[in-house]
Amino acid sequence: MSTRKLKNMAFNIFAIVSFIIIIIPLLHIITMVTLNGIRALSVELIFSLPTPPGKGGGGIANAIQGTIILVILTMLISFPIGFFAGVYLAEYGRGTTAEIIRNLTNVLSGIPSIVAGIFGYTIIVVYFGFSAVAGAVALSLLAIPYIVRTTEEALKAVPREIREAGLALGIPEWKVTLYIVVGAARPRIIAGSLLAMARIIGEAAPLLFTAFGNPYLARSIFEPVDALPLLIFNYALSPYKDWHAKAWGAAFILMIIVLSINLLVRYYTRRRT
Amino acid sequence: MKFSFDKAFKAITVIFGLLVVSIVTLLFYELLINSFYALKVFGINFFLGRVWSPIKNVFGALPFIYGTLFTATLALLVAIPLSIGIAVFLTEIAPKSVKEMLTTIVELIAAIPSVVIGLWGIFFLIPFVRIYLQKALSPFSFIPLFAGETSGFCYLTAILVLIFMITPIMTAICKEAFEHVPADLKEAMYALGATRYEVIRHITIPYTRTAIAAGIILAYGRALGETLAVTMVIGNRPNITLSLLSPGYTLAAVIANEFLEATKRLYISSLIGLGLILFIISFIVNLVGTLLLKRLGK
Repeated sequence: MSTRKLKNMAFNIFAIVSFIIIIIPLLHIITMVTLNGIRALSVELIFSLPTPPGKGGGGIANAIQGTIILVILTMLISFPIGFFAGVYLAEYGRGTTAEIIRNLTNVLSGIPSIVAGIFGYTIIVVYFGFSAVAGAVALSLLAIPYIVRTTEEALKAVPREIREAGLALGIPEWKVTLYIVVGAARPRIIAGSLLAMARIIGEAAPLLFTAFGNPYLARSIFEPVDALPLLIFNYALSPYKDWHAKAWGAAFILMIIVLSINLLVRYYTRRRT
Repeated sequence: MKFSFDKAFKAITVIFGLLVVSIVTLLFYELLINSFYALKVFGINFFLGRVWSPIKNVFGALPFIYGTLFTATLALLVAIPLSIGIAVFLTEIAPKSVKEMLTTIVELIAAIPSVVIGLWGIFFLIPFVRIYLQKALSPFSFIPLFAGETSGFCYLTAILVLIFMITPIMTAICKEAFEHVPADLKEAMYALGATRYEVIRHITIPYTRTAIAAGIILAYGRALGETLAVTMVIGNRPNITLSLLSPGYTLAAVIANEFLEATKRLYISSLIGLGLILFIISFIVNLVGTLLLKRLGK
């Protein structure tokens, strides 16, 4: 065989092996989380509070509640900001101001998640103490650039004719934008926001010194809360066997949520196009 | 002047756009002002000092900067060829019927929360590295990279985790770009008798270099800032060494571990200083990426 063919064959093998190299750990993680997770899963795990280490029993209801609170708060903060900023960039986004906004959105999307945690700490925790709100502010830093970009891209994908048809009917520009263009772009905006949500559900680093963690149920959003990823981090590094089991249970729940959001969004967006 | 809804609406959107600008500005300001005390006390030694000791009240960031750049760079060096290989597999080799599905599977990796990967790292990868990989690497211990012994908590494990996390990000971008290479260019080359390797080497990769560069920058940024998965497996010891089998520490990891323990003002200020360094590094990477894309895009 000529060297050219040999090279080609080596390259083909390299490509196939690359794929296998990345797929094996994925399958292994999914299997390991599923097996260990199902073993830990029970009604008690989901609905009861943690017990002291070593005592057995108990659950992660505090973390589930915390994650729900954090996700809702984060979306309430970041969706309006991200959405309107995205509308601005798509509809009026020319000139220096737009360029600055676009570049800084880019910068924001690149910040490490732990730095977002520091931000939540210095602007909220320092003054008001650890709370769900501080956690949500930190998470918003990660969600906002994602939503800005999704909205901008979704609006830009709407054909110009639709806009012009609206304007030709004498509808004011802002109504055309808000009802017709956004209406047409809605599926993509929702899809992008769901993906942003899936991403923040799994983030623990920004919560370490903002939401802090809480072994009880929180009674208000101004109290510290736990979260599934935060609990996994803390329990995994503890020396207790039953905490490890609960970490796997939490990881299983978290993985199911995150992967199903991703798969559903994919399924629906692909079917539409 | 008549009140105009159009102008009001535009004003609202501008305000939210500027809000994003002020958030980033505020973030930078907060990092700067809160780390100012540490920067004032240590000066340039904050960046170049090798000692990080809360007990002696001395804080130097060098081992963490080293750890961050070391892990992210090595992970990137492996992830680049790996992602190109996978992208080629997905676009050229995989049978059409399963292509979509395989692509989705690879992209799902990027969706797995980093703590879950960390959890797997602690309970599977650590023992795996300690028992098997260490043995496999022992004949190469004369190379500084593979010198020493490991408990499993080490640079190598952290780098493996990072490779796994950043490869799908790069792959997605490369694959997308590879699909947009005009078929006639490739076919012309095949018609001349070129092999697949030659087509990819001389057509696909040069044609998509902008996208590949973007993927590299994005992946590098992610690797530099990755916190928990790395914190859980790297061993958490400040260590400037070439040995992959030694424990290490990264900027993000030390902030995650020590922030809540820090009670003294100088200690907290120093930790926020590490956050500032991390922010600046990722800002520079981002900037270089943007400039590179602009140049390559021409």
